Amino acid sequence: MSEALQRISVAPPVLRERGQREVFCGLTGIVWLHRKIQDAFFLVVGSRTCAHLIQSAAGVMIFSEPRFGTAIIDERDLAGLADVNEELDREVTRLLDRRPDIKLLFLVGSCPSEVIKLDLHRAAERLSQRFMPNVRVLNYSGSGIETTFTQGEDACLAALVPEMAHTTERQLMVVGALADVVEDQFRSLFDAMGIGPVTFLPPRQSAELPAVGEETCYLLAQPFLTDTALALNQRGARRLAAPFPLGEEGTTGWLKAAAKEFGVSDEKFAQATAAGRRRARHAVGAQREQLENKRVFFFPDSQLEIPLARFLYRELGMELLEVGTPYLHQEHLDCELPALPEAVQLSEGQDVELQLDRCRELKPDIVVCGLGLANPLEADGITTKWSIELLFTPIQGYEQAGDCAELFCRPLRRRQVLRV
Amino acid sequence: MHLTVWTYEGPPHVGAMRVATAMKDLHYVLHAPQGDTYADLLFTMIERIPRRPPVTYTTFQARDLGSDTATLFKDSVQAAYERFQPKAMIVGASCTAELIQDDPGGLAEALQLPIPVVPLELPAYQRKENWGAAETFYHLVRALAGPHAPPPGERRESSPDGTPRCNILGPTALGFRHRDDVREVVALLQELGVAINVVAPLDAAPADLARLGEADFNVVLYPEIADTAARWLKRTFGQPMTSVIPIGVNATCDFIREVAALAELDAQPMLERQQSRLPWYSRSIDSTYLTGKRVFVFGDATHVLAAAKVARDELGFEVVGLGTYSREFAREVRALAKEMGLEALITDDYLEVEQRVTELQPELVLGTQMERHIAKRLGIACAVISSPIHVQDFPAAHSPQMGFEGANVLFDTWVHPLMMGLEEHLLGMFREDFEFNENAAPSHLGRYGGPTAVASPEPAAPEPAPAVPASDGEPCWAPDAEKALGQIPFFVRGKARRNTESFAREQGVSTITVETLYDAKAHFSR
Repeated sequence: MSEALQRISVAPPVLRERGQREVFCGLTGIVWLHRKIQDAFFLVVGSRTCAHLIQSAAGVMIFSEPRFGTAIIDERDLAGLADVNEELDREVTRLLDRRPDIKLLFLVGSCPSEVIKLDLHRAAERLSQRFMPNVRVLNYSGSGIETTFTQGEDACLAALVPEMAHTTERQLMVVGALADVVEDQFRSLFDAMGIGPVTFLPPRQSAELPAVGEETCYLLAQPFLTDTALALNQRGARRLAAPFPLGEEGTTGWLKAAAKEFGVSDEKFAQATAAGRRRARHAVGAQREQLENKRVFFFPDSQLEIPLARFLYRELGMELLEVGTPYLHQEHLDCELPALPEAVQLSEGQDVELQLDRCRELKPDIVVCGLGLANPLEADGITTKWSIELLFTPIQGYEQAGDCAELFCRPLRRRQVLRV
Repeated sequence: MHLTVWTYEGPPHVGAMRVATAMKDLHYVLHAPQGDTYADLLFTMIERIPRRPPVTYTTFQARDLGSDTATLFKDSVQAAYERFQPKAMIVGASCTAELIQDDPGGLAEALQLPIPVVPLELPAYQRKENWGAAETFYHLVRALAGPHAPPPGERRESSPDGTPRCNILGPTALGFRHRDDVREVVALLQELGVAINVVAPLDAAPADLARLGEADFNVVLYPEIADTAARWLKRTFGQPMTSVIPIGVNATCDFIREVAALAELDAQPMLERQQSRLPWYSRSIDSTYLTGKRVFVFGDATHVLAAAKVARDELGFEVVGLGTYSREFAREVRALAKEMGLEALITDDYLEVEQRVTELQPELVLGTQMERHIAKRLGIACAVISSPIHVQDFPAAHSPQMGFEGANVLFDTWVHPLMMGLEEHLLGMFREDFEFNENAAPSHLGRYGGPTAVASPEPAAPEPAPAVPASDGEPCWAPDAEKALGQIPFFVRGKARRNTESFAREQGVSTITVETLYDAKAHFSR
C-alpha cells in the first residue's frame, strides 16, 4: 500500500465560496435509501416542492407505489386552522393501514417544516409509542437549509444509531449505503481474511440493525457521514482511519485498515486480495490510455469528489484542475487529501457563477457536475460526466474499479465516435 | 395536510420558471434555499434545452435565518442584473422563502434598477404549477404592455396595412408539444392570411410583450397558462380571444372558422383544401376494429377536453371515463363528461386515478406520464396526451398535437399501441399457439409491453389474473369458468371478468360457471 494513503494532519489550501449552489438538498437521498432498506418508508413532511423534487430527481416513476411520499403542508396548517400534529398523525395512520409491510417509518424534515419549527422528533416519539412494536417511527432532517444532497443519508443513518442495541462483542461495522452486490463482495473479502463478525449500516431490513459498543470498529464506506460517525463514537465505537474504497488503491487501503485492526497477517491479506487487486488493476489499466493526462474539473455535488479525484489522479493519470466539494471533512479525508497533488485547487461550498467562469476559462477535458449544468456545458462544447450516476452506480471495491473509470471514459469516447 | 406519492404539477414557482425559461432577455431571481435548484434539471434534462434556465436562486441556509436573508436577496438581485443584463426581471419566493416573509418585490424595488422588475406572489401552499405560470404571464403582460394601453374609453388603433394581426398566447418551456404546436398554428394562421404579431411567452422578449396591444385579436393555445392574460388584454385593449383549441380535425376546422370570423376573412377555401389523413384513415376498413374501443382520458383540462372529443368523434372510440387534475377548469371537464354520460374524475391524487383505471379496465388510456405507468402495470395500451411529461415526450421529430398535422400525429400515436385488427382475431381463434399467444407482445410492437415470447412447447397455461374473489357476498368462479375466462384474449379479459361478475351479482348467482360467462356475454351484447 502506498505511503501517501496514510493519515496526516497537513491541510491543503481550500477556496471557500458562498453564493448560489447548484446542488440537491438532503431529501434526494431518499431515492436510494428507500431501495436499500426494504421495509422502510420515508415520509417527507414538507411542500409540493419537496414532492416534485424527489419525483424529478428519481427521474423515472418506476415503482408502482414507492416507499416514499410527501405529507404536503397546506395553508390550513399554516394558518393554524388545523392542528399540524393531528393532521400528521392521521396521515401516518392511513399510510400504515395501507402498507402493513412497513416496519420502519422515517418522518423526514424539510425546509418548510424546519422554518415553521414543526417538532418531528416529538411527533416520531408519539407515533412510535402508538405503533410499536409493529412499526418504529424515527425522524431526521433532509432540508436544504441544513443538508446538501448526500448529507441526507448521513442524517438518516445518524437517526438509526440511538436505536441500535448495545453489544460488547468485537465486530467490524461498514457504514454507508452500498449497492447490495458491493456489500456481498466486501463481506466475502472480510471472510477470506477471517475478519468477523461484519455488520452493515444501513441494514437491508430494519430488523437487522446492527448492535454497537466499545468493541465496535467501523469503516466508513462513504465520505459524507459526519454526524453518523459522531453518533457512533458516542456509542463507544471507533473509526478506522482509511481511504475510501474507490479504485484498486483505495479499496486496498480501506481493507488494509480493517486487516491491521484485526491482526490479519500480511500474507493472509495478500492472499485474500490478490485476485481482486489484479482484476481491478487490469480493468482500470484498460481505461488509462483514454484518460491519462486529461484535465478534469469537479463541481461540488456528493462529497465523493475528493476520493474520486484521488482515484483519477493516481490510478488513471488525470490532471486535477479544481476539485469542488460541498463540504470538506478534513478528518474523514485524512488518508485522501495527502494523496492529491500539492498544487491541486480544492474548493468548498459554491458560487456557481464564479465557478462556471473559472471552469470555462480553464477549458477542462471533462467536467463532473450535476444535471442542471451538464447539458448547458455540453452545448458549449465541454464534455461532462453527470455526478449523480456516481451515486446510482456501484463503483466501490475491486470489481467495480473498472466500471468507475469507465464512467469517465464514456463521455470522452462518445465525443470521439460522433461524426455529426 | 395530505399525503401524495406522485404529483401532477410542481409548485407555482416552477410555473414561473416555465415562463421565464421560454422567454428571452428575462431573468428570474428566486428567494429559495439550496435544493430548489433541482428545477433546472427539468429544463436541461427533460426538455434538453442547451442553456441554463435564466434563474438565480438566493440559496439561504439555516444560519442565515436568524440574521439577514433580506440583504442576501437584494445582493442576489443586484448581482444577477449586473451579470446577465436582462431587459426585465421577475422576483419572488419559493415555498420556504414565503414563510420568512422577506417581501422580494419591495426589496427589489428599493434597488431602483433601470429595467422593469415584476414582483410575483405565488402562494405555494395553495396553488400549483399551471396557476403559477398563468399568474406570472399575466403580471408580465400587465407590467410590460400596460404602459401602452389606450386611455380609457378610447379604442386601439387597427393595423396600418389592413392585414389582420394576432398574438399567439400560452406556449412555455416544458410544455407538452408546445414547440411543435406553435409551428403548426403559425402555418395555419398564415395560410389563412393572418399575420403574427407576437408569440408569447415562448421566444418572446420583454419588448415583444410591450407590443401585444398592436394585434387585432389573441389566439389562446393553452388556457391553463394564457387565459388570465388574454382576458386582461381583452379588457384593456379590446382584443377578442379565441376559444377553440385546434386539436383534432373538427376542432381545427372550427378554429379556422373562429379565427376567420375574428379576422373578417373567408375560411371556406382553406377548409376545402384541408388534407389531414385522419378522416380517411379512420374510414379505411382496417380501422373498423377501433370501433367502440374503450378509452380512459386523463390529463390537463385542455388536452382532456380535446382528446375525449377526438376519441369519440374522429376515431370512433367509446370514452368510458375522463378526468383532470386542473381544478381551475373542472367545470368544463364536468360538462363534457356529463354530455358523454359520465362522471368526471377531478383529482390530483394519483392513487385515485389508478383505482379508477383498474375498475374501468379500458382498452386504451390517454393520459400523462403517470397514467402511462398505471397502464403499463395493468397491461393496458397507453398514449401520452398531456403534462406531466418526460424526456420521450420531446421527440426529435416534429410531432404537434394541433392542426391538421397534429391530427395525423394523434391517429398514429393513439392507434399504434393497440392490437391490430386481424391480429386480434387470430389471437381470439388460436389461443394456444405457442409463439402467437396472449403473452407475446403484438408483432408490430417488438418486445415492448409484453413478456418475451420464448418458444416454449407448452402452451402458456397459467392464468395470471387474481384467483377466486373473496367470499363476502361476491360471486366466485368455478374452475371451468375460470379456464374459459383464461381463453378470452387478454385485452378484453378484464372487461369480461368485470361484466360477468356484475351480471352474476345482478342475477344472484353465487358460483360463476361457463354458462354464466356466456349468459353474461349475451346479456351485455344486446
